[in-house]
Amino acid sequence: MTATAERHALGAPPPDDILLDVRNLRTVFHVMDGDVPAVDGVSFQLRPGRSIGIVGESGSGKSVTALTIMRLLDIPPAEVMPGSEIWFDGTELLRMPMDAMRKIRGNDIAMIFQEPLTSLNPVFTIGGQIAEQVELHLKVKKKEAWERAIESLKLVGIPSPERRAKQYPHEMSGGMRQRVMIAMALSCEPKLLIADEPTTALDVTIQAQILELLKTIQDRTDSALLLITHDLGVIAEMVEDVVVMYSGQVVETGTVDQVLLEPRAPYTMGLIESIPTVDKRGGRLSVIKGTVPSPFNLPPACRFEPRCPYAWDHCRKVVPDLFQTDHPNQLARCHLYTAAGVGRREQALEAHAQAMTVGRDLGGQR
Amino acid sequence: MTEVHLPPVTEPALEEIERRADEAGVDYEVQLESLNQWQLAWRKFRKHRLALVGLGILIVLIVAAILGPILSPFVFNQIPKPDKAVYAGRPPSLAHLFGETGGLQRDVLQLVVNGARTSLVIGFTSMGIGVLIGTIVGSVAGYLGGFVDNVLMRIVDVMLSLPLLFVILVASKFFGNGNVLLIIVIFGLLSWMGIARLVRSLFLSIREREFVEAAKAVGVRDRRIIFRHILPNAVSPIVVSASLIVAGNIITEAFVSFLGFGVNPIYPTWGNVLSNALTFIPVGNWWWPFFPGLAIIMTVLAVNFIGDGLRDALDPRSRA
Repeated sequence: MTATAERHALGAPPPDDILLDVRNLRTVFHVMDGDVPAVDGVSFQLRPGRSIGIVGESGSGKSVTALTIMRLLDIPPAEVMPGSEIWFDGTELLRMPMDAMRKIRGNDIAMIFQEPLTSLNPVFTIGGQIAEQVELHLKVKKKEAWERAIESLKLVGIPSPERRAKQYPHEMSGGMRQRVMIAMALSCEPKLLIADEPTTALDVTIQAQILELLKTIQDRTDSALLLITHDLGVIAEMVEDVVVMYSGQVVETGTVDQVLLEPRAPYTMGLIESIPTVDKRGGRLSVIKGTVPSPFNLPPACRFEPRCPYAWDHCRKVVPDLFQTDHPNQLARCHLYTAAGVGRREQALEAHAQAMTVGRDLGGQR
Repeated sequence: MTEVHLPPVTEPALEEIERRADEAGVDYEVQLESLNQWQLAWRKFRKHRLALVGLGILIVLIVAAILGPILSPFVFNQIPKPDKAVYAGRPPSLAHLFGETGGLQRDVLQLVVNGARTSLVIGFTSMGIGVLIGTIVGSVAGYLGGFVDNVLMRIVDVMLSLPLLFVILVASKFFGNGNVLLIIVIFGLLSWMGIARLVRSLFLSIREREFVEAAKAVGVRDRRIIFRHILPNAVSPIVVSASLIVAGNIITEAFVSFLGFGVNPIYPTWGNVLSNALTFIPVGNWWWPFFPGLAIIMTVLAVNFIGDGLRDALDPRSRA
């Protein structure tokens, strides 16, 4: 691979037991004020039937990652930079002709959107919308597609599906509509299910039902799940592995237990500390100070450095990589885990442990 | 959550189900057969009185246009013997309800009814052509955007900056030569720009809605997204402005025929009947211009009322 090559040479396909392999994904939006690197070098892998969660706050690039995988971004203004690779089921998606990509969408990769209220077409019956997709991908007759639509409505627990299938979206509640979206996503038995904040628009009791449903169905159909959310509680319930994103970059990866119970990147630590719990009495609720940096004015090296309580001058000079932490398979984008961070690491972990028990002491502001 | 599975519900069964559900003490959900967009629209349309009147007038006119020439004892191209004694024609009587024309003494009712045929056919079919072209141009421009949008909209701008009346006059004189079919085509080709702009703006907003992205996410092709997913959501404003185009084209046709550039005077239209009546107004023949004129006014009013009713009926935000 030469640096000057216009079209970067494709890497080797991943082994068979990797369903989705995202490599060095970089998506840039060319807008009036300049270029926004919405996704900047994201890599992760997903095995068949397994689940992975992408967490991060608004603007961290989680949704853009999903849309890039589905190739749903308008190009321009978006551009997927050379060097990015998305391997799915043995083929590379970014170089695939659009026709072939359309066959994969909905059939092999299905997506559940955030807003069930607006993701259904108001002028079609819900049965018709599911049947359309089935007809498109499975090449079956209208009647058969309709029956299959009813079957998948039954699968997601919609009562009297024959009657419901003839109804229009406005005749259903939000929770019902999200069930319909899930039924639609499942109707072609996809290998990969991408759920982009599937419960954000629903109220809490319905959220629990929908997550439960998503999980049972994922188990039953044996499809892999890529769950995008900003809700750490949802992540804890739903997935096996976690990718934490900040400002377009992956800042930490690991299993769900590692990331939630023993976070290693300062950003994740701050996130976990900011969750109010019953044990933390007396102190003020911890917050991560400051705001997400503007994409036009990114910090010179580490992007979290201006907000990081553990940062030192090294963090302003050297761009951090994803480093191996003290746990196997848990990576964090932080200099604490390099030779330069020895000594500071123990202090940071201690401060974190402290914050987890009593809340951060803000100096007499009780 | 307990959910009761209920069979499809018909109205008589409703009470029984409510009673049983109450007894069981469970939450139930009963919905009668759901109404689609058009059934809902008709419900609201029925409440709009003027629109119903308009629809009634239009139906009467259409029935008259279809049946009138068949039932009328007078044929438009058979000219009765001129009676010199009544050069100015005869006023309305039982034999000739709308009176007789001056000069050739033709039956005015028969002329109005035959004129209705031509005028309505021209009004509606030219609207059809205009709406078809406008919808295709507008939806492609709005959906694809960018370069294609730019080119198509500049064509619309050019078309709109033409002095349309003169174009129609010249075109119908040189190409049409009084042929009804050509008049229809000319009118159709000149009445799509408004629809194109309307449809484009509708598409610009609808294509950003999430269900379009959802449709793309399940692998639907662009053509299908345009015509099956977006267009049905844009139908109501299109229908409303189409009704206004009908009214506009009927008036324009009358105007052009009145000036003698329209349909061949052998075939009566409201416009050329009016035009022929012109010279007989001074000799006291009021019924000859009055009835075709009235027909034009009634039709245009009726169509406008219907358009108004449709606007309310198809607006999802207005409640019946």
